[in-house]
Amino acid sequence: MRQIRIHGRGGQGVVTAAEMLARAGFLAGHEVQAIPSFGSERTGAPVVAYCRFADAPLRTREPVLAPDVVLVQDPTLLAAGRVFAGLAPGGLVIVDTAGDEREVRAAAHAQDLDATVLTVPATAITLRLLGKPKPAAAMLAAYAASADDVTLDAVLQVVRERFPGAVGEANAAAAEEAFAFVREERAAAAEVRDA
Amino acid sequence: MREVLEGSQAVARTVARCRPGVVCAYPISPQTHIVEALSVMARTGELGACEYVNVESEFSAMSVAIGASAAGSRAYTATASQGLLYMAEAVFNAAGMGLPIVMTVANRAIGAPINIWNDHSDAMALRDSGWLQLYAADNQEAADLHVIAFAVAEELGIPAMVCMDGFVLTHATDVLELPDADAVDAFLPPYLPTQVLDVEYPITIGTMAGPESFTETKYLQHLRFLDAAEVIDGWSRRFLEAFGREAGGLVARYDRDTCERSRDASAARAGDVTVVAMGSVLGTLQAALPALHDAGVPVRLVGVSSFRPFPAAALRAALGASRDIVVIDRALELGSGGVLTGDVGRALAGTRSRIHSVVAGLGGRPILEASLQDVVRRALDGTLGALDFLDLKTGGIPVPTAGATEVHR
Repeated sequence: MRQIRIHGRGGQGVVTAAEMLARAGFLAGHEVQAIPSFGSERTGAPVVAYCRFADAPLRTREPVLAPDVVLVQDPTLLAAGRVFAGLAPGGLVIVDTAGDEREVRAAAHAQDLDATVLTVPATAITLRLLGKPKPAAAMLAAYAASADDVTLDAVLQVVRERFPGAVGEANAAAAEEAFAFVREERAAAAEVRDA
Repeated sequence: MREVLEGSQAVARTVARCRPGVVCAYPISPQTHIVEALSVMARTGELGACEYVNVESEFSAMSVAIGASAAGSRAYTATASQGLLYMAEAVFNAAGMGLPIVMTVANRAIGAPINIWNDHSDAMALRDSGWLQLYAADNQEAADLHVIAFAVAEELGIPAMVCMDGFVLTHATDVLELPDADAVDAFLPPYLPTQVLDVEYPITIGTMAGPESFTETKYLQHLRFLDAAEVIDGWSRRFLEAFGREAGGLVARYDRDTCERSRDASAARAGDVTVVAMGSVLGTLQAALPALHDAGVPVRLVGVSSFRPFPAAALRAALGASRDIVVIDRALELGSGGVLTGDVGRALAGTRSRIHSVVAGLGGRPILEASLQDVVRRALDGTLGALDFLDLKTGGIPVPTAGATEVHR
């Protein structure tokens, strides 16, 4: 089973991101589940949503406590704390920021966290292409670029289904750019490792 | 066709395929997505020849449903929590008048303190309103139950609540297979009301009954309710035959090893700890219990699918010779224990069962697999009391930190 937790703020499309990720996972052949956790629904308030992929039907209704993957849609949540709570050792973290891994770890006081930490300027990309700070599609594409259980094509299909017309195309363009960004980031990291 | 759907969407689409004549809607969390989705379908025409009525309160929602049903129309509404309480008077009237309205209750806590999250306090407050109460374990069953509910309610002349856990189901997205429209048409007979308000032949329904006849009226209502168990079981069997999956029924049995639902599963045995639960926590138990079973813990799972009527005989049959019963209860009878536990206890009177009431998940507190496993272990080693509050924090009422999320439990 793959468990993913998405952190963001009300208005950023956190719940939509989890639902779209579930749809993309389903297209890839997984059994899927997306669970939002709602506080009082206020714009800007921290929001968490969960997504699970598995080979067998998912029965549990427990929130994801030990995620394999944490997606953070807003870097200001890093300091507020606990976005990496329960992260599985060697897990994957993707943060929507123009900063780098070192800055993310410093902000979260997680210098020693046993995790692959990737960054992608998803909100910046989406603001440029869509004109709105809704980084969900770009973040899911960043995940597709760093995991083997969801494809970029699936993300693009889901995004276009969810947002028909120009909004969907702009989101899809943001997704493609974020995907390419993370692939380059990973290639560069691999070069450093292999050097 | 298997598809990825939010629970509320699945319910709304299934309700539309049941071809209601009138849908009355008033929004309240966590039910709102259902009536919103139905309003979209009213606009697109997917709802067919249905009158979608925006009302100004839940009291009106039920009153309009009563009027529609009394005029011979298949009537549907949905509500939750304070909304259910606000319509309470009309809820009892619908049952007393024998009107087979179907209503989704997206189960939510009741204030004060204000709480929008899930438990069963709302439906439990109206457990003796004369409505059937059918509880969904997951979103597939939540959708399927509506088809069964219309069939059962209309055969009996008793209204039915389909209870699904708020947020935990209504807002969750799962892989589902909706009953398709043609199959629902073939399964669900057209609504043929036994009494219809007709201006050509005026009658009064819901009239006054004095001391000379009120007892007899209630007695007849009681007798009709006694018929309900067989009718629910019958339509649920027919649903399984028509759609190839289990939904509804009186009691859900689960396979000893896999914890997958199976009406052919054996009864529990002497020495088993049996967990009895209702609603979405059944899914979490399905995930949590096999690990215990693999570790040699003799544990079984039984779900209560119909809370009203309460299926005492079916429950006793499923519990077999098991005498250690753990009831996971999502509503609290103050000063006593869990509400479901009370009914389980009455069903097991004289069996010398050791019944543990575990009050869990009030006001949306997540119910964790590890906590459920711990409860079963404590029941087995004799350290679980008659009443336990799952994951109760001691030392006063915790104050959430600024910006707290569910991660901060």
